[in-house]
Amino acid sequence: MLYRETGQFKTSYPKDQAIFPIAQDKAFILLVLAVAFLAVPPFINDYYAKAILIPFLSYTMAAIGLNILVGYCGQISLGTGGFMAVGAFATYKLMTSFPGLDFAAVVVLAGFVTAGVGALFGLPSLRIKGFYLAVATLAAQFFLVWLFNKVGWFYNYSPTGQITAPPATSFGVLVTGPEASPAAGYLFCLIFVCIFALVAKNLTRGNIGRQWMAIRDMDIAAELVGVQPLRAKLSAFAVSSFFIGMAGALYFGVWLGAAEPTEAFGINISFLVLFMIIIGGLGSILGSFLGAAFMVLLPIALKTVMVDGMGLQAVTAKHFEILLLGVLIIFFLIVEPHGLARLWSTVKEKLRLWPFPY
Amino acid sequence: MNPDVLFFFETVISGLMAGVMYALVALGFVLIFKASGVFNFAQGVLALFAALTLTGVMEKFGLPAWAGIIVTILVMIAVAWLIERLVLQHLVNQEPIILFMATIGLAYVIEGTGDILWGSNVKVLDIGLPQGASDFLLDNYNLYVEKLEIVAAVTSAILVAVLAVFFQKTRIGRALRAVADDHQAALSVGISLRTIWVVVWSVAGIVALVAGIMWGTKSGVQFSLSLIALKALPVLILGGFTSIPGAIVGGLIIGVGEKIAEIYAGPIIGGAIENWFAYMLALAFLLFRPQGLFGEKIIERV
Repeated sequence: MLYRETGQFKTSYPKDQAIFPIAQDKAFILLVLAVAFLAVPPFINDYYAKAILIPFLSYTMAAIGLNILVGYCGQISLGTGGFMAVGAFATYKLMTSFPGLDFAAVVVLAGFVTAGVGALFGLPSLRIKGFYLAVATLAAQFFLVWLFNKVGWFYNYSPTGQITAPPATSFGVLVTGPEASPAAGYLFCLIFVCIFALVAKNLTRGNIGRQWMAIRDMDIAAELVGVQPLRAKLSAFAVSSFFIGMAGALYFGVWLGAAEPTEAFGINISFLVLFMIIIGGLGSILGSFLGAAFMVLLPIALKTVMVDGMGLQAVTAKHFEILLLGVLIIFFLIVEPHGLARLWSTVKEKLRLWPFPY
Repeated sequence: MNPDVLFFFETVISGLMAGVMYALVALGFVLIFKASGVFNFAQGVLALFAALTLTGVMEKFGLPAWAGIIVTILVMIAVAWLIERLVLQHLVNQEPIILFMATIGLAYVIEGTGDILWGSNVKVLDIGLPQGASDFLLDNYNLYVEKLEIVAAVTSAILVAVLAVFFQKTRIGRALRAVADDHQAALSVGISLRTIWVVVWSVAGIVALVAGIMWGTKSGVQFSLSLIALKALPVLILGGFTSIPGAIVGGLIIGVGEKIAEIYAGPIIGGAIENWFAYMLALAFLLFRPQGLFGEKIIERV
């Protein structure tokens, strides 16, 4: 009854094309933002920040990035882990070379570095597609991780090969390092994710986003109607890597604090982020949020239920988690290839007609 | 012989043998891709699952090796049937990329099931294959070659020959090739797609079992076995997704290239390049010949 667009008249094109054309949607999203910005920080503790909220936010950023490439431009990539590593190592080098630099600037710069690397590895996409491209991005994954393991310059020749985020501030507030308060790290990530989710949403709604979708739906036809594949594909790779690089920066700087390339940026991360966008919804920014939330909460929920609740061994629970993950992927691909985001819009559709569906 | 030359020969031979092992895994990919157009990411996990099942039934029920292998083959056929019933049947006419991602999910399901059923600790697989260096070659030519690798090479040669006869001469083999050419045309002359898919996944399961036995005997049955699938991908790129000879030749090229690069170029740029060298080789190759060595040229219509 409450969710109706009746009586909300649009008198101009900009109003009609707003991101949230329905007033209730706008109110809902503002409420969510208000809770996230005002209600959460006073109650946040180390566990919530490090185990749920900051992982969720950094994975969301990565998922948005991958979704731009896979969901919007149709170029499959299995190199997410490698590109996140580029972001993380760029962050580390920037932080250690320019200690006074604002961490926000570091994150954005790391994004640009990753965008360059991503565009470079996107070059083969002009010649190859589909599975061949998937394998080409795997090459990026293995090569980049190897590079960060072997070349001492990247980890400042530290004997363990690990990188550790030094304390850094953003606008006078300490956000990285062990001394940073959980709330500061959380808010920093939240602001970044909100701003860049908006950027991504608008990019995908605009000219360039439509070019990407044309390439995804049928590249030859798109080329015939005047979309340049070179520009569209490379820009998708660059923009996607920009987001993934920033995600890597947040992942390493704010969440982990210390990272070792093989462990933290392995191929498992690539699959994890890919699963997020499949479950959340391919070609949907909202889906990136939902998928990331789902994949962060699922292991925690399973552990609570199976280990603490049913008294099973942690190993069994881990195996079951792998099994369940696979089942979920197949289930979503068969039943709802557009993922949680589509379920959400179906619910909204039903709500609009409730209680008199036709 | 000059020790340097000898060493080079040893490198090449061990590369060729490793290549045969890669080719075994790549074969499974090619079989499924040819018959259903599905890029089966789960092939490596299938090999792991087959090896796990084999060690499992041999340990738990005390079966001899030959009985264990027969039981495992039956299990792999059951798995193929289940995959067709539960997954593929519902994804007919979906885009290839969706099917690809479904096989990634499948890989997780099979891995999780295998771990829950048989446990995830490292197991020793011993079905009586010879191990250690070949004395004959070591004594007469001073060459160090593993016996197991020779067995693997001979086995895969037999396997390829059997597959070739199966594809060329038998009724089902002809049906398989018809399906590979054109799904709709095959359906219209009365070939059942679903039977074909079960057959082809069973064959891929058996190839996976052979690969699993070889790799399992070599380095123990454990999770890392499933990662050989990742090694097989560049082989496919090089050889082309649709060609059985391509899988073999690609495997040999990658095997030799990898070993030579590791030994001669590795020390210069920091070692451990085996992990990505194959991919870079494949990537460079792709830029010049996107369909692979023996692949069919892709023609697209709007």
